[in-house]
Amino acid sequence: MRFLSLLFRNRLAAMGAVVLSLIVLLVLLIPVLPLQDPDVTNTADRFLPPLSEGHLLGTDHLGRDLLARLLYGTRLSLAVGLFAALIAGTIGSAVGIVAGYFGGRIDNVIMRGIDMLMAFPYILLALAIVAALGPGLLNALIAVAAVNIPFFARNIRGITVGLAGREFIDAARLSGMGHGRIILTELLPNVLSTIVIAMSTTVGWMILETAGLSFLGLGSQPPQADLGSMLGEARSSMITNPHTSIVPGIMIFLIVMSINLLGDGVRDALDPRLRSGALARPQARTMVRRKAPLPADDGKGLLNIQRLETQFHVGKRVYRAVNDVSLHVNAGECLGVIGESGSGKSVTALSVMGLVASPPGVITGGAVRYEGEDLLAAPYESLRKKRGEKVAYIFQDPLSTLHPLYRVGDQLAEAIQVHHRVSDAEARAKAIELFRSVRIPNPESRIRNYPHEMSGGMRQRVGIAMALANDPDVIIADEPTTALDVTVQAQILSLLDDLRRERGLAIVFITHDFGVVAQLCDRVAVMYGGRIVEQGTTTDILDRPAHPYTKRLMACVPELGGGKRELAAIPGLPPIVSDLPPGCAFAPRCHKATPACREGEIALDGGDARAVRCIHPEEEIA
Amino acid sequence: MSAALKVTDLAKTFPISGGLLGRQKAGVRAVRPMSFEVAQGETLGIVGESGCGKSTLARMLVGLLDPTEGRIEIEGKALDNADAAAFGRLIQYIFQDPVSSLNPRKTIRQIMEAPLKRLYGMKRAERDTRIAEIFDSVNLREEFLDRYPHEFSGGQAQRIGIARALAASPRIIILDEPVSALDVSVQAQVLNLMRDLKAAFGLTYLFISHDLAVVEAVSDRIVVLYFGAVVEIGRAQEVFANPRHPYTKLLADSAPVVGRPLTAPEQTSSELPDPLNPPPGCAFATRCPRATDICRQSDPQLEQVGDDQYAACFHPL
Repeated sequence: MRFLSLLFRNRLAAMGAVVLSLIVLLVLLIPVLPLQDPDVTNTADRFLPPLSEGHLLGTDHLGRDLLARLLYGTRLSLAVGLFAALIAGTIGSAVGIVAGYFGGRIDNVIMRGIDMLMAFPYILLALAIVAALGPGLLNALIAVAAVNIPFFARNIRGITVGLAGREFIDAARLSGMGHGRIILTELLPNVLSTIVIAMSTTVGWMILETAGLSFLGLGSQPPQADLGSMLGEARSSMITNPHTSIVPGIMIFLIVMSINLLGDGVRDALDPRLRSGALARPQARTMVRRKAPLPADDGKGLLNIQRLETQFHVGKRVYRAVNDVSLHVNAGECLGVIGESGSGKSVTALSVMGLVASPPGVITGGAVRYEGEDLLAAPYESLRKKRGEKVAYIFQDPLSTLHPLYRVGDQLAEAIQVHHRVSDAEARAKAIELFRSVRIPNPESRIRNYPHEMSGGMRQRVGIAMALANDPDVIIADEPTTALDVTVQAQILSLLDDLRRERGLAIVFITHDFGVVAQLCDRVAVMYGGRIVEQGTTTDILDRPAHPYTKRLMACVPELGGGKRELAAIPGLPPIVSDLPPGCAFAPRCHKATPACREGEIALDGGDARAVRCIHPEEEIA
Repeated sequence: MSAALKVTDLAKTFPISGGLLGRQKAGVRAVRPMSFEVAQGETLGIVGESGCGKSTLARMLVGLLDPTEGRIEIEGKALDNADAAAFGRLIQYIFQDPVSSLNPRKTIRQIMEAPLKRLYGMKRAERDTRIAEIFDSVNLREEFLDRYPHEFSGGQAQRIGIARALAASPRIIILDEPVSALDVSVQAQVLNLMRDLKAAFGLTYLFISHDLAVVEAVSDRIVVLYFGAVVEIGRAQEVFANPRHPYTKLLADSAPVVGRPLTAPEQTSSELPDPLNPPPGCAFATRCPRATDICRQSDPQLEQVGDDQYAACFHPL
């Protein structure tokens, strides 16, 4: 039912659905409608105009009733189009799944065959098939179906190739399933929706093609009426009696149009991206709808996040991803933000420069001050100028942040030229210099590489070079080493540390790894369920964690050099931020929780130097 | 102790075809001939960085890839890959990404029933009791059976993956980065569960991971791979505490540890050799501070360097 409501939100699709159901209803009612026999000729009444007595739409060149011929013809055309789509869809999808699943040589042979079929212009191929089989509606149907097989085969093969590499297919093989069973029970259910969408968008096209063949006299044979043959017969009298061609013409137009509109609507409604509520392209910056008054500037730090609240509004649910988070970072300082997935650490980072996708993201409170200026209230142009120029980001996966089709040097030059009017040669020289500063060997030749030609560590260096391109004051690094190997991680971390000291950069380092925090950061904030639960200097937090969550999370992390041992675990799961418990979010998993923990707001107690949000802290903080 | 799994000269070369008509070129040697044994009830850790061939090795062991050469023996019997079900009853696999290893269009019950039906031909009632037993042992509630995979968190999905592997009643389970997609606080839950299951069902584990600390915490012995070859094998507490191969030492020094100052253990480029055009000799020679001429000319063989510790190096530490 959610599907229908999404479908009818698209007005054009709804219109198509209404028109098509009217036509289908009329055609289904043929046996009970008082229609004349469509094939009875009466030359005395030939070419009667529409609205004549006894002939609502007039008659054709043989005096046959046009209304009756139209309805019978429509029924035939719809049926032929539908069957052709079913046949082409079934055969084409079967070919596509087999080719995509087996891959290798089988795929090669099948797809080259399909390519050959596609190399002929479709109408020529259809003509050849009909010529070989002889004219007739059934043969026209076969021809139209055959011509459309490649479309389905290629479509479905593409999706199957992606699915066949997925782990659940391997798992099915390990469960003892054979190839046939895997295709039928594992792959088919996953491509079925695509097949249905492809069919719904091609039925209209098939009706048109069948009509084309009938128009040429290769489809339905007289006196049997279908829309194409009606047009063909009316062609000779098009000037003198236009209504004979206009009537079937309008019907073809209505059918094909309504099917295409409906088909597009079905495709959009089944698209999972639309279902998740992201109907529109995200806005250029995160929506800001502050409910509380703007916090006063307290003059802390270079970048100062004050009482930030960011939420995601999906349908009726509100995900409170970031809840009253205050952080600040000074020049030359490295602030660590540590937390598990869903703790709000990345959303906090993205909120700073308005990069949270909107919709569904909304900043509902707080301020982000850069040198005292509130970025959330700043006009878009001024915010855009500061992105990269003042505050730059390094993301987790450099392969997905670099454009795969451009050379890395060009991408770096582009980042420079967005903010500075410099010639291409100057930008290139700057790019080489940046590559050198992130210690990429042979920068002159490396700038000509494409991202896929570099290793993960090298790509992340490019990502860092790009962040440094415009000499920013603040770098926000969101798990920059998580996707890297340990030996490479060590190099990237020490590079970031050197850069911070050389350039006086302020770094906000987001991670889930205590080892990394310990080595790089001066201060740490620990997040859980969208809130900061503890903050302080790195040594304080690591040596004397005050929040039970911090203490137990650290115990979960095995450290190298301990040998074989039992690992500490925290029972339960992290909370879902759309359904946070009252009181402390950690209380359901905490061994120290008392009834007081489960009611009312628990404040972040302490100052900037050391604070904890807990009634029963592990350590008393000064 | 008898060997649960014995691998002799196992190797995999991926051919590189030069298009439809092109001649076959040499190919990429993802796994160079390697031999090792896993004792009954042991956990063998396999560590290495991306591109070292650990996943290729794992996929060969469970029969998802055909080895180019070498043989695999399970409990003394050679495995031939003709019968997928024979593989499935002896050796199972737990995947890195728990959610993508479950078919999104099937209920958990359908997923759980597949191995019971296909590998053992169990009847309905028998299957239901067996599923109930397994779910009980991995701490999952039976009401989950009628739900779909997307309704579960990573930790729960991984438990379902473990339950599916157990349903095949295998002797050996290969764990391919089983916790790297999970949150730290959930990681330990899954690792401890697997340790308990091992004792309860008398299983043998091959634990593959890039996380040295996790591997060390769960393994009896550890194999270190580099560029498709074994560079060091030894007891878990020894390998990283007392590495003999320079690469193992580099790995151990690179892992971030609380309380150790930040230093990059090597400043030179850490690119792997080009797999299409591998250099002669030791693959690590270009990065190795101890490399001499012999390292760049001939392949070092695995040799005993200590008590139950082997390293493939001409100049072990």
